[in-house]
Amino acid sequence: MTLPEGVRERRVRTGGIELCVAELGEPGRPTVVLVHGYPDSKEVWSEVASRLVDRHGFHVVLYDVRGHGRSGVPRPLRGGFTLEKLTDDFLAVVDAVSPDRPVHLVGHDWGSVQSWEFVTVERTRGRIASFTSMSGPSLDHFGHWINKRLTRPTPRRVGQLLGQGAKSWYVYLLHTPVLPELAWRGPLGKRWPGILRRIEKVPAGDYPTPSLASDAANGAWLYRDNVRPRLRRPRADAHAHAPVQLITPSGDRFLSERLYDELAHWVPRLTRRTIPAGHWIPRTRPDRLASWIDDFVTSVERDQERERERTREGGGEVAGEAWSDGVGGPARKAATGRYAERFGGQLVLVTGAGSGIGRATAFAFAEAGARVIAVDRDAESASRTAELSLLAGAPEAWAEAVDVSDEQAMETLAAKVHAEHGVVDVLVNNAGIGLSGSFFDTTPEDWRRVLDVNLWGVIHGCRLFGRQMAERGQGGHIVNTASAAAYQPSKALPAYSTSKAAVLMLSECLRAELADQDIGVTAICPGLVNTNITATASFVGVDAQEERRRQKRSTRVYGLRNYPPEKVADAVLRAVALDRAMVPVTPEARVSYALARFLPRALRALARVGPPL
Amino acid sequence: MTTAPTTAGTRELSAELRGFRRVQRLAYDCAQAVAAELRPGVTEREAARMQREWLRERGVRDWFHLPFAWFGDRTAFTGFRFPLQFFPTDRRLEPGMPFILDLAPVYEGYTADIGFSGALGAHPLQERLMADLAAHRELILREVRERRSLREIYADVDRLMVRQGYANRHRAYPFGVIAHKVDRVRERRFSPRLFGFGTQSLRGLVSDALHGHREGWSPLWSPYRFSDHPPQPGLWAVEPHLGFRGTGAKFEEILVVTDSADPGESAFWLDDDLPHVRGWAGKGATKDTTATKDTAGKAEGK
Repeated sequence: MTLPEGVRERRVRTGGIELCVAELGEPGRPTVVLVHGYPDSKEVWSEVASRLVDRHGFHVVLYDVRGHGRSGVPRPLRGGFTLEKLTDDFLAVVDAVSPDRPVHLVGHDWGSVQSWEFVTVERTRGRIASFTSMSGPSLDHFGHWINKRLTRPTPRRVGQLLGQGAKSWYVYLLHTPVLPELAWRGPLGKRWPGILRRIEKVPAGDYPTPSLASDAANGAWLYRDNVRPRLRRPRADAHAHAPVQLITPSGDRFLSERLYDELAHWVPRLTRRTIPAGHWIPRTRPDRLASWIDDFVTSVERDQERERERTREGGGEVAGEAWSDGVGGPARKAATGRYAERFGGQLVLVTGAGSGIGRATAFAFAEAGARVIAVDRDAESASRTAELSLLAGAPEAWAEAVDVSDEQAMETLAAKVHAEHGVVDVLVNNAGIGLSGSFFDTTPEDWRRVLDVNLWGVIHGCRLFGRQMAERGQGGHIVNTASAAAYQPSKALPAYSTSKAAVLMLSECLRAELADQDIGVTAICPGLVNTNITATASFVGVDAQEERRRQKRSTRVYGLRNYPPEKVADAVLRAVALDRAMVPVTPEARVSYALARFLPRALRALARVGPPL
Repeated sequence: MTTAPTTAGTRELSAELRGFRRVQRLAYDCAQAVAAELRPGVTEREAARMQREWLRERGVRDWFHLPFAWFGDRTAFTGFRFPLQFFPTDRRLEPGMPFILDLAPVYEGYTADIGFSGALGAHPLQERLMADLAAHRELILREVRERRSLREIYADVDRLMVRQGYANRHRAYPFGVIAHKVDRVRERRFSPRLFGFGTQSLRGLVSDALHGHREGWSPLWSPYRFSDHPPQPGLWAVEPHLGFRGTGAKFEEILVVTDSADPGESAFWLDDDLPHVRGWAGKGATKDTTATKDTAGKAEGK
């Protein structure tokens, strides 16, 4: 495995061994230290490190933990891997690479476990500016977590204990003597790359490195030296002295999300993130990690800058009143939505974002801290959506005036978005128009118009942005707005229902195709929602006056029903967070969905009843 | 019932309108004074009491309704199902929280009903909502002068809000009213209150409602059929209320409607020297951009 171009290596002596330390980027920039886990070497970070340097301009430092990669191996092994010694190593590395500025620490797996030790012991105070933890709890916190559940067992706590106990099977195995070493140096070491690819979906390539077998064999002592003593007698003072960002993969096979329930007790400044992925996120989700690390490091640096300015100005006392806006630019609204952990910093593109469900969805994502691209045919309403998204909590928002049925324009949009903002994480194909009237009154032109927007718009979106997602290979999600009309036949809506049924089936097929690439596809079936689709819908087979009357009348009916688009937006976020395939939203949409499944004949009878217009 | 405003032949306000303006200014002074006193940790109940005491010290004895105070997402009436939820709670004000004070004192027999929106510290979103309310103030006045049906004006305000990207939150008020009539109230030594509303004022409303029912109008300006009539001469306390997710903003002030044939005299805001109006003027907001109906709301406040 090669680290990116321009890597500078050095050897750092500590505790009788030499550590292999690699550096990337300009030393003047904020320093990010990446600590790898087990069984790994620093090369696990290669993808993340190159992004942190190239895109975000950090000074990145990686090192092989003792006994791993090209660092020295302590002799004897037993007792050579205690957390105290690992802390010595860390301090030696930091003193070498960033002697006068605290570093931003990032740890994965065992790298995170040891980093928790670094960030909670007194002798590192002032050397760590922030810590980003992934998939590795503090052993002390873990010990307290277990004790709490053992001393006061409730059914739920016992369940949590057993759940994590089952996930920790490999820890017990690693405590058996000799066998793990034999396995790693023998068949397991050979098969491991294949296992990672199959089970963890780690992309093929030159990871893991050839040193895997010895890394894994030596690293077993990380567990043997630390797990039992720390879990038996966890430190009572393991409070973090730096801000911590916790990234929890929801599909982690080895660690339960529940482990971190009481973390706020130990960490005064905690930011939580969740990501739908497995354990090896540095390999499977480097883009997302790099951007979260960047966001967090930047915000910490900014806070410290403000702190310094404040102390310089007022000598510790804040000028003016404590609650008034602090020093620096205007306070941006922090993301507060329920799904801020999941969508913070993600790139979300919503079509039809100028009104109704699309606009509400853009706002909901904005509130969760996502970066929003609002696409609408109407430039003015799209830019209005983008503007308010910023106020709602989006760190960035853009407006694009594009007609989704225009293939050329969509291709241009896709290319532009990719070049300027990167790959979309969540795509919401929402744009749609209404058309009502008898089948025989619907002209081919009417059909074309409805299918162009409602179906082709979705096809173009999925084709262009979905392809970018698939090619990136780091997951994503596509939401297509179908309709309750997709499964509920009606004599009044033949064209509209046909287009929406096609969207529903397209979503289902696409979901099957993209499942292997961790891209979820959701079809949302809202039902009667109070938006302006009724006011802009066409009613064929009637004169203009009657059409206006019906638009007004249907708007009134929908207004009386008054199901707000905001609730649909919440359903969209929930559906993405839970990766739902198909979500009927309003109660009537759910009822007719149940009818479609269990009493289709009743639904067919209902289809013959005309709407009350 | 109300006869006073119909005599307003010139912009010289009649003594009676001056009385209404005096109490409206008093109410806004109270809201500003109390808003300046708000600190983190103050509860809604305390804020309501501060308003009550401030006005009591200045001679207010009766109320159209007792002061309300809403903090945080209660400014957007999040999760409001029952009218009782409007009453002040023990929610505490935190830094960065928006708030709305809504008070309706009766002073020397004149009634005011005002709403004041603000926030503890800077709140760009609420400032934006307030700026966008300017378009509504103009829209309402223009359409009242055109003698459009109140129900239609209500629908137009609603559409403008949707175009702006906001939710209509005055819909949460009883009967979904955007405005209601206010009037002179006889001063009594004993003026009990019913659910926070002064009985004298309620009597006025009920009697208006009875009159109006016979004549085909209503003292409540609502989205319903009973408001499907041209503006009735009198004083209307107009309170458009915008909501954007967990943040709300409103103003409330008196619109004078007369039966004058001159459009400029047929309806006018009682007082243009109010905090929110001064705020818009200071920022140069919206006077021109909302001039045409179609672009109103899309081009506001740039």
